[in-house]
Amino acid sequence: MRRTLAISKRVTLELIRDKRTLMLMFLAPILILILMKLVFSANTTVDVKIATVNVSDSLVQQIDKMKGIKTVDYGSKESARSSLNKENVDGIIQTKGNDFYVTYANTDPSKTAATKAALNSSILVNNLSDLKKALTKIQKQMPNNLGINYSSNAKPKIHNDYIYGNSKTNFFDKMLPILMGFFVFFFVFLISGMALLNERTSGTLGRLLATPVRRGEIVFGYMLSYGFVAIFQTLLIVLFTVYGLGVEVVGNIFNIVIVNVVLAFVALAFGILMSTFAKTEFQMMQFIPLIVIPQIFFSGIIPLDTMAHWVQVIAYVLPLKYSGEATTGIVMNGQSLLTVINPILILLLFLVVLTGLNIWGLKRYRKV
Amino acid sequence: MTTSVVSMNNVIKKFGDQVVLNGFDFEIKPGVIVGLIGPSGSGKSTVIHVLLGMEKAQSGEAFVFGNSMPNRRLLGRIGYMAQTDALYERLTGRENLQFFAEMKGIEPSLIKKQIDHVSQVVDLASDLDKRTSGYSGGMKRRLSLAISLLGDGDLLILDEPTVGVDPALRRSIWKELHRLRDNGKTILVTTHVMDEAELVDDVAMLIAGKLQEYGQPARLKEKYHEDTIENIFLKVESQNETNVSHI
Ligand SMILES: Nc1ncnc2c1ncn2[C@@H]1O[C@H](COP(=O)(O)OP(=O)(O)O)[C@@H](O)[C@H]1O
Ligand SMILES: [Mg+2]
Repeated sequence: MRRTLAISKRVTLELIRDKRTLMLMFLAPILILILMKLVFSANTTVDVKIATVNVSDSLVQQIDKMKGIKTVDYGSKESARSSLNKENVDGIIQTKGNDFYVTYANTDPSKTAATKAALNSSILVNNLSDLKKALTKIQKQMPNNLGINYSSNAKPKIHNDYIYGNSKTNFFDKMLPILMGFFVFFFVFLISGMALLNERTSGTLGRLLATPVRRGEIVFGYMLSYGFVAIFQTLLIVLFTVYGLGVEVVGNIFNIVIVNVVLAFVALAFGILMSTFAKTEFQMMQFIPLIVIPQIFFSGIIPLDTMAHWVQVIAYVLPLKYSGEATTGIVMNGQSLLTVINPILILLLFLVVLTGLNIWGLKRYRKV
Repeated sequence: MTTSVVSMNNVIKKFGDQVVLNGFDFEIKPGVIVGLIGPSGSGKSTVIHVLLGMEKAQSGEAFVFGNSMPNRRLLGRIGYMAQTDALYERLTGRENLQFFAEMKGIEPSLIKKQIDHVSQVVDLASDLDKRTSGYSGGMKRRLSLAISLLGDGDLLILDEPTVGVDPALRRSIWKELHRLRDNGKTILVTTHVMDEAELVDDVAMLIAGKLQEYGQPARLKEKYHEDTIENIFLKVESQNETNVSHI
């Protein structure tokens, strides 16, 4: 126990003195969050009035559904234009043939962005529902033509919910719980992996293992310090998103911290494990596209049930899927820890297995 | 046997196809400085790694203080200085010493005294609160030595302790090693600098994976009618080569 504490103290001290890494861990997520917020949620913060000229009814309805957007139908471009000049509307959308002509007042860039986003996603949603109709039509004809009896699960699924599907939530809100987990996972994975790799290549690991330290004490020492780092990182990210970005967290903030700390432990164990397969820091970086990035796709940002079955299977071995599930439940539905206990238990299982592997794996460097 | 501090019997160590130790036998009696010499790449560090349990030999056994290695607890009684200056560069000299003292399991109340002592021995006391990233090569080497002195182990294993060290410091390190030996420590030093072998009590020559010659420098000089260890080593080496080519 004394050694575990001493190791965690040393690891923490090294980390605190590494200003660049600290900035990376604490400022980079904030910066990215701000950017994401600006990019994805422009349409939730503003009230925009758009003049429509010649736009199809279904599309106008779709645009109207967008949060903060109101449409006003105008008979002609000229009358819309005069309204725009009087600042009664923030933009004009006109259909000519298949093309859209959009004029922005552009006095408020966020309104412009909102208009663009609303139009784009409405067109997308509209096209999709057209597509859906077309598909249903084709499907109705298929059994007759081919004589094949399509069961219901063979029906191509198109869900509206992944493109601003629910008008009450936006993309950013949805991504946020998953993003928090991603930041924690990414930085803890990378930095702890690098740290252990450094210990190995610099020879300090060999020297450490030439003392009576237990292999487990090294692994637990690392866990303790990175656990603390993860607590601070998560707190910072959560507090910033709640108070800085004004995102609503329905559930208890401390439950999120708990989930993310568990995830950080998993990331740590994963990082340490992967570091044994790397010879240089660059090789460690090469694991990012291989191990870290794919997790985003399976973390719930894209609904799993829209994927092919064999692809879904991959998700079950990726830790971010489970943390995404748990944090989404807490942030968006206010679920208690008990309700999301299943994904947390699976994360803990990951943790136990990976930690065991790590303690065992250190045998490569000392046989006892 | 039981009186030996270190004993290795018929150790065979291969890395893939490369046979590094090929039936290596080794005995170290208490209270002597043994110099393990051999050209670089001959397997001196490998001997140490097998002895400490960091590498697993394919066959043979190693004992320290009469206990079979690897043995985690025994590591507390061994001071080890690796060939590379493995230091935590973001920490100060004192923090490095403190950390390794804790790892060795030194009584917390004794740590400060020991740090003061070992840093005095290697003449680093005034630089102890600087980060080691700012240390010169010689200072790092000295700190590395100081770390191995922590815990007052009965056996010191030093892997090329004087590489890259200026002559004055080299002399003071050897002086310290002799002083430690006089206090009853057993010391195993590896080196590829032959003239350092004049300073040890016993010379062990590692050639072609075997211990080819072992003895006091003066005795060996008599035996081979040579006046330097270097010449003896070259002689033994060439004899060995002709032996091998006869087979
Ligand atoms: N971990 C290892 N993997 C593969 N080969 C190794 C390893 N460690 C040492 N060797 C090889 O064993 C030989 C002896 O190395 P070493 O014991 O470091 O020599 P010395 O310390 O005498 O310079 C060298 O040829 C080296 O390349
Ligand atoms: Mg060596």
